[in-house]
Amino acid sequence: MPDTQELRINGKTVRVEADRNRTLLGVLRDDLGLTGSKYGCGEGRCGACTVLIDGAPARSCTTKLAAVASREVTTIEGLERDGKLHPLQQAFLDAGAMQCAYCTSGMIVAGAGLLRQNPSPSRQEIVEYMDGNICRCGTYNRIIAAIQSAARAVKEASR
Amino acid sequence: MSLHTESPDLAESSPEIEFERYELREGPAYHFALDRRDFLRGLGGGLLVLYLLDRESPEAEAQESGGRRRGGFNRAPVPQDVGAWLHIGEDGKISVFTGKAEVGQNIRTSLAQAVAEELRVPISAVTMVMADTKLTPFDMGTFGSRTTPDMSRRLHRAAAAAREALIDLAAETWKVDRQGLTAKDGAVMKTASGEKLAYGKLTGGRKLTRTVTDDTPTTPPEKWTISGHEAAKVEGRTFVTGSHQYSCDIRRPGMWYGKVLRPPSYHASLVSMDPSAAQAMPDVKVVRDGDFVGVIAPSEHGAAQALAAIKAEWKPGPPISDRDLFRDLKAPGGQRPPERGGRGGGGGFGGPNVNAGSTADGLAAADVRSEETYTIAYIAHAPLEPRAAVAEWVNGELTVWTGTQRPFGVRGELTGAFKLPESRVRVIVPDTGSGYGGKHTGEAAVEAARLAREAGRPVKLVWTREEEFTWAYFRAAGVIEIKAGVKKDGTISAWEFHNHNSGPSGVQCPYRAASEAVAFHQSQSPLRQGSYRALASTANHFARESHVDDLARAIGMDPLEFRLKNLKDRRMRDVLEAAARAFGWGRKPESGRGVGIAVGMEKGGFIATCAEVAVDRSSGRVQVVRAVSAFDCGAVVNPDHLKNQVEGAMVMGLGGALFEAIAFDGGKIQNPKFSKYRVPRFRDVPEIEVVLIDRKDVAPAGAGETPIVAIAPAVGNAIRDATGVRLRSMPMVPRGLKV
Repeated sequence: MPDTQELRINGKTVRVEADRNRTLLGVLRDDLGLTGSKYGCGEGRCGACTVLIDGAPARSCTTKLAAVASREVTTIEGLERDGKLHPLQQAFLDAGAMQCAYCTSGMIVAGAGLLRQNPSPSRQEIVEYMDGNICRCGTYNRIIAAIQSAARAVKEASR
Repeated sequence: MSLHTESPDLAESSPEIEFERYELREGPAYHFALDRRDFLRGLGGGLLVLYLLDRESPEAEAQESGGRRRGGFNRAPVPQDVGAWLHIGEDGKISVFTGKAEVGQNIRTSLAQAVAEELRVPISAVTMVMADTKLTPFDMGTFGSRTTPDMSRRLHRAAAAAREALIDLAAETWKVDRQGLTAKDGAVMKTASGEKLAYGKLTGGRKLTRTVTDDTPTTPPEKWTISGHEAAKVEGRTFVTGSHQYSCDIRRPGMWYGKVLRPPSYHASLVSMDPSAAQAMPDVKVVRDGDFVGVIAPSEHGAAQALAAIKAEWKPGPPISDRDLFRDLKAPGGQRPPERGGRGGGGGFGGPNVNAGSTADGLAAADVRSEETYTIAYIAHAPLEPRAAVAEWVNGELTVWTGTQRPFGVRGELTGAFKLPESRVRVIVPDTGSGYGGKHTGEAAVEAARLAREAGRPVKLVWTREEEFTWAYFRAAGVIEIKAGVKKDGTISAWEFHNHNSGPSGVQCPYRAASEAVAFHQSQSPLRQGSYRALASTANHFARESHVDDLARAIGMDPLEFRLKNLKDRRMRDVLEAAARAFGWGRKPESGRGVGIAVGMEKGGFIATCAEVAVDRSSGRVQVVRAVSAFDCGAVVNPDHLKNQVEGAMVMGLGGALFEAIAFDGGKIQNPKFSKYRVPRFRDVPEIEVVLIDRKDVAPAGAGETPIVAIAPAVGNAIRDATGVRLRSMPMVPRGLKV
């Protein structure tokens, strides 16, 4: 049965009327119109639906709505600030780190989670952290390069 | 589709070019001439350039012969019609209309480059309108690596004709000789004085139309300033911000969500069903129409719950299994599934058989003979965006947004399913979450449309991953048998090659052989099979390049030297040498590692790949640590996007090479999930280097497919080098290397 619930999404408080057993992904996409997070597998194995919950990457396709009450959810739509792309978004564009780009939202959000935790990851650390995200077009090496270049850009900017 | 080759003997020996199977089987029966006035409707003044398809063009010829030779479907010849069109409005806005679909190959960018190049404008000035059956001219589909050789060529010509027409208009306006005029930055300029007239102003409120055919001169590749150079992905920002709307992201006012009841196994038939529990749920509708059962609800969650509440009884179909798959593929009829009208795939045409000399004599004359069988598993495309559609009926007219490589083919499926004229059905393809040959069909579109008609409101239907893995179609499995003989001097005395079921693409032997027999044999496929990136070329290259490697080893010749000695085609030798050079072929790898090389040709492109693998004997883990490909597809259109395609094809190819395989038993797919079906991930990816050979003297060929064909044999040859073990099944090491 639908419940009214307050959520914190991309820094804003929003109210949704939705069954608490629904997935966060479904609510983001269908109720809130935040379609940047994608369905890819429904079992948390491809990463296309990745969002940050309190700063850590999570699979929104296997996260129940009830589990995000009073937690801070960030989606791909929340990364751009005042018209300025997040360094990872810019780095993905610069590195041409996409083809069909269906995985891109999840890749960028997972990468943002990684950089929060480890501001200068090695190639091996990126591979291990990102291994749950699938890019069927096979642009993995470009994604690794983009994450590394975003890490450098962040470091430069904070210098 | 023409198979480009420099060797006339090869071209003549392949009168049957493998046509992608689905688009012909399921294409519209007829295609009628378009009403030109449709094109002009909604456009203001300006210049309209129509590219007319030439009935004599090789492409039209191939399309016609495809219908004529195979018979039974699509008999209507391809009409002389508009292949693309371009409009320059009074406001200077340049709009280009093509039926091709963007599925990640970056043709929205490369085609815009073609137009920008000829019109002498920045890429950002060009708007590409793609894959919309109401707005764009008919197109067979986005497959066969034809966008660059066909559509890009057409748009170069259309844009060049537009530019020349604009110069003529300026000459007329100014009453000067056109020789003194230059087109530049969206205006025609007097070269001497610099006086300018913007393109949009030149038509002066009139609606002008020009037609252009294939003889319009275009800018040669060596003079390109936009094509042939780096260009960022058009609309790239919408992808990194998540704002791009794929089909599954489309939302329409009042839209509900649909789900379809699937049989528990293939070819099961519905005996009875009880929808009462589902119908008792608020706002749920259940639709039954023959074998089709679906539900509609205001939320996807509600639709899924309603679907689960339907009680259905099924009569199972034949318990098809992969257990004796390869035996059965060689013995047609072993697991024959019931025929489903025109959907079985598998073709209906013979292979490009070659017979030259006596292979029996050739084998007798050989110093070393080798006879082996190779097997190829079914694999799934697993595009990350599953099939999805949003369907909407307004006043008896149907609009469907769906991700497909064949918008006009899907329109044909819809007109057939709902008995509607083409004018009442519109298919719109938003840039799509990939296809790889797997999205030639319109299942989700037809299903969503049926549900939307019942609902009386727009309906979205997104296939689950399990549905995509089960009810789409697969890359064909196959059995390949090779008998070959080689002499000690490195000449091939006999080459006999039989492909069962996987397909004839890339079946021809690119090596000189004193006697040769090549044949493709049709089988009854237990699973629904269809196009996949590079079709059977991957399978045929895997078998051939593995076998050739063994022949070289058997006579103690270096595998690179053996290939160079026997290859017929200069461009193949060139890519082979370029890859070997960049890889450092000849350097001995460290202990526990091995190196392999392979070469191939497909769809006008030439690829050579070298790979280095590390094999951990105790765990059986095989890791490809390094791979280098050299690729020649003629003049390069966008170097970075081309490299991206080559890298991506190599990575995708690793999956089929090492571990991807569809398992089926009891009429069911056993691994229809990413947790059970392993695709390449970050940890599987080697260090990759791509060497592009930019042939300005050769018109560009497509590049999305060919680079996938050489990675599997290169890796297999490297495993052989590292371990002494020859693996003859794709995938090679689904459970690690057991020695």
